[in-house]
Amino acid sequence: MASVTPTQSPTQGPTHGPTHGTVARVRDHHRAYGDTAVLRGVDLDVRAGEFVALLGRSGSGKSTLLRSLAGLDPAPASEVSVEGRTSVAFQEPRLLPWRRVDENVGLALLNGSRTQEREQRAATALEEVGLTEKGGAWPLSLSGGQAQRVSLARALVSEPDLLLLDEPFSALDALTRIEMHRLVLQLWARHEPAVLLVTHDVDEALMLADRVLVLEDGLLAHEWPVPTPRHARTPTHPHLSEVREQVLAALGVQPVDQKAAGAA
Amino acid sequence: MSALAPPPPAAVPVGPGAGRTGPRPTGGSAAPRPAARRRGVRLGWLRRWVSPVVIVLVWQLLSSAGVIPEQKIASPLQVLATARDLVADGTLGSATLVSVQRVGLGFAVGAAIGVTLAVAAGLSRLGEDAVDPPMQMLRTLPHFGLIPLFIVWMGLGETPKIALVAMGVMFPLYLNTFAGIRSIDRRFLEAATTLHLTRWQRIRHVVVPGAVPQALVGLRQSLGVAWLSLIVAETVSASSGLGYMINHAREFLQTDVIVVGLAVYSILGLVTDAIVRTLERKALSWRP
Repeated sequence: MASVTPTQSPTQGPTHGPTHGTVARVRDHHRAYGDTAVLRGVDLDVRAGEFVALLGRSGSGKSTLLRSLAGLDPAPASEVSVEGRTSVAFQEPRLLPWRRVDENVGLALLNGSRTQEREQRAATALEEVGLTEKGGAWPLSLSGGQAQRVSLARALVSEPDLLLLDEPFSALDALTRIEMHRLVLQLWARHEPAVLLVTHDVDEALMLADRVLVLEDGLLAHEWPVPTPRHARTPTHPHLSEVREQVLAALGVQPVDQKAAGAA
Repeated sequence: MSALAPPPPAAVPVGPGAGRTGPRPTGGSAAPRPAARRRGVRLGWLRRWVSPVVIVLVWQLLSSAGVIPEQKIASPLQVLATARDLVADGTLGSATLVSVQRVGLGFAVGAAIGVTLAVAAGLSRLGEDAVDPPMQMLRTLPHFGLIPLFIVWMGLGETPKIALVAMGVMFPLYLNTFAGIRSIDRRFLEAATTLHLTRWQRIRHVVVPGAVPQALVGLRQSLGVAWLSLIVAETVSASSGLGYMINHAREFLQTDVIVVGLAVYSILGLVTDAIVRTLERKALSWRP
């Protein structure tokens, strides 16, 4: 498929230990709602510690694939298997409004941790997202960005092997979104989970991911590695803007007619 | 607050106690306006007491002038005097205790059944199919209509009174708790799944707290019905309790005693309502 010669040194980003195997394995995965086939034989491997972005137009089935991996819509193990623990951050933070912020984070540790350890780890997780002082607050008193940070803390506090992000930044304002991008990269570097980010924002995918996938007609139709080191990823980066155009074309966005744009 | 922000609308208490719990402006540079508003709130409260007091005064005057005969209704002062006597000789205390016990027992039984059935129906489809149809059919039955049957089944003792209260309590609690469980946002349950919670943990952290707001609505309704049921049951037949006191007084045209009994009924209703409101404030403190 479409591929671009890397113009930068190979995969960068946080230095991970030796790559250890595959965290998620999807083989010939099918899913239909009624008579409508949404996924028609998806194959996907996510390696440990890898950051993958999954793009697709609305209704392309990208959230469906995420739900399969999250175990929300159970799939046969022959089609979808995940090694280790998964956790999810959704588009809406989905914090339980009747549990305080630190209790919401602690919910992820209910199985297997003592109360004291749970509280401590929840506090550490909140500190990592810069919300130490909000531990005792009720979720409904938080701003959208704060709630989403708590949601990230809750997803990461259990040290998942696979972190599934379902358009978690799409409801945030532009500035908050940029802050969240940085925060996610920081947390990813620290906890080293494999990440599958479902998004419809091409720039977000190119800023964050090691690999960008496009889901089309129920199949993973395109794939681009993004070897550019993250600190060098600027919107004007020549290689990235080239990939960007290719991804947009794959998503069916017509390229801008340069002359017409210039004349306007 | 921005200088451009329009002044808040006149403070109108939106519910009982609203004026007390709302945020109060506290002095500062913009002191004159809030202070004036605060006085307005207090005056508003006072103003609301004017007409009731006037009505009682007129009642007293008409009674003293002999316009209202004592056989129809006793004067306020006489009612007060009778209340004092009834408290002093223990009649009122023991009658109230008996009535409170009946409501308490009936409520406990009805609430236990109602909530248990609601949980059974709310947590499983099988439970819903088994429990909900008969409950939906029975709830249209006016439960006071059951009094003759209850008397046939249970005689005239304590049991039919408690059963009547329990019947009245059961349905509002069942309907609201069931609706509360079923109205829980599916997205929270999904979040619980992704947090790898067990079934019991889901019930404890998502289902129960999520159903509480609606269940509390049912609690408030059911307590209202509980008192109503008790009054009806005690009026039909009783040999003790407030209803008995009132019926006994009727035979001797003691309208003062009747009024005292009615006043105690309404005070008890107010007290239970205050308890539920406190409960709601505590249980729903997570709401902004």
